[in-house]
Amino acid sequence: MSTRIVSIASNTFREAVRDRVLYNLIAFALLLSGAAIFVGQISIDIEKLVVINLGLTAVSLFGIVIAIFIGIGLVSKEIDKRTLYTVLSRPVRRWEFIVGKFFGLAGTLVVNAFFMAIGVFAALLYVAHQFQKSDGWILVALYFIVLQFLIICSLALLFSSFSSPLLSALFAFSLFVIGSFSEDLRGFAALVKGPTRWLATGIAYLVPNFSALNVIGSVAHAQPVPGKLIAYNTAYALLYSAVALSGAVLIFQRRNLK
Amino acid sequence: MAAIEIVGLEKIYSVGFWRKRPKLALKPLNLTVEDGEVFGFLGPNGAGKTTTLKMLMGLVFPTGGSARILGMDVNDPGVKARIGFLPEQPYFYDYLTARELLEYYGRLSGVPGKDISGRAEAMLARVGLEDAGAVQLRKFSKGMLQRVGIAQAILHDPQVVFLDEPMSGLDPMGRREVRDLIGQLKQEGKTVFFSTHILSDAEALCDRVAVIHLGELRGVGAVAELTSSVHGKVELVWHGHAVPAAMKTLGAECHVTGDTTRATLPEENQDLAIDALRRDKLRLVSVTPVRATLEQYFVERLKRAETTAGGMA
Repeated sequence: MSTRIVSIASNTFREAVRDRVLYNLIAFALLLSGAAIFVGQISIDIEKLVVINLGLTAVSLFGIVIAIFIGIGLVSKEIDKRTLYTVLSRPVRRWEFIVGKFFGLAGTLVVNAFFMAIGVFAALLYVAHQFQKSDGWILVALYFIVLQFLIICSLALLFSSFSSPLLSALFAFSLFVIGSFSEDLRGFAALVKGPTRWLATGIAYLVPNFSALNVIGSVAHAQPVPGKLIAYNTAYALLYSAVALSGAVLIFQRRNLK
Repeated sequence: MAAIEIVGLEKIYSVGFWRKRPKLALKPLNLTVEDGEVFGFLGPNGAGKTTTLKMLMGLVFPTGGSARILGMDVNDPGVKARIGFLPEQPYFYDYLTARELLEYYGRLSGVPGKDISGRAEAMLARVGLEDAGAVQLRKFSKGMLQRVGIAQAILHDPQVVFLDEPMSGLDPMGRREVRDLIGQLKQEGKTVFFSTHILSDAEALCDRVAVIHLGELRGVGAVAELTSSVHGKVELVWHGHAVPAAMKTLGAECHVTGDTTRATLPEENQDLAIDALRRDKLRLVSVTPVRATLEQYFVERLKRAETTAGGMA
């Protein structure tokens, strides 16, 4: 990776840290410790289920919110504040700027998720007193959450490259919600006929398939995740992010920075 | 080789939400800036100066024409390592310290890693911010930000430096320092292209200037050349308080000062006026061409442009 991409990525990460984005970890820690103590009153099996479910859902939601709210401003804020002028007047290609921003935000989310994961395992240890072999699947669920972050980051950047922050947030959040129900949308498409079927199928394949990336429920029940799904989800998330990122680059390459 | 070559560079924006309509920001512009020149790009606000600079930096794409810097197309990444740019009213990442910002820009400009820290320190010292290197930019005044802006523009030792309104927001001392800095850059053999609407700065610093108004180039040349085209007046000074009768018909404005009289009149009447002084046996002390200021040239050009625009309307 070029020095310029690494520099832009690390500067994006530094911005997030200095803007106190990682303070959300405090809220997360409070939520998880409160939940662990609260469910400590309930039976042993359910409290573990609740901690895994609540912990991983919180990791996902906190990260998605950060990805959307930072991602939508990554390009537009730099244009509004004109900080971009002194970057692009240097030997920095526009695609390098977009890719650097993407890795910076993705890196922020991975670090955030890492600390949250430690919190989840700590809470799990608190309620169950020991780890079991099946708890290893939590790592796969966390990996899928990170894949979701990559998709959301790339989409937020795509919208940020041509739209206002408010509209970008709206688009990205809508896609997240619709994408979370994409399996249901595919099921619905199979039930209907005619143009509705084509439309539902089209939308189901266009929006990111977050349903397939959500294995929190099965992991909480100690069910294993098939290797095939891990491979499929990895390829899908990388391809989807690459396409969205390419779209962002294509739009940004042609944009006049007035 | 010319440092900057602009050929027919033009920009038309599309404005409006539903019905797009064209808005001309810059009429085809032809301009050449020689290597080592300090070149002033003058014009009132909204004249097209910043649009031109943005096209030269590859931030805005021209509708027509082309521009080359150091013989390379402006969008060639190779040329960008050899130019420096200070935008108008610069705003930087305010969560960074001045030192961090310069180090970041150094990395983006391809300054070797081992040199970055030393180069950042040297630039801070050069713009008088050596004691503020560890301060976050959000705590900087406007004048200090302008200094950081200049430091980042020259950090990587560029051959051509573009400064958009470099004196903007600076106090008289700060303006003086920027003037000195531009002078130093010239001495180092750099080409400096700067836009300004402060004419005294241009007059003091520039080898040549171009005047732009309403997106159109109105004049280009050395300051002395441009200003001499405005007035073409001379000042005659002679002993005594007597004023020959012919002076009035020659369009002279006369003032008595001490034991001498001064008359300012059109250059073409100079010989007739001297003849009149001789006829009246008055002793001529001096004949001095009166140089118009750049401001007079500027105002005259703008008035002419507005008259033309009004006439066409």
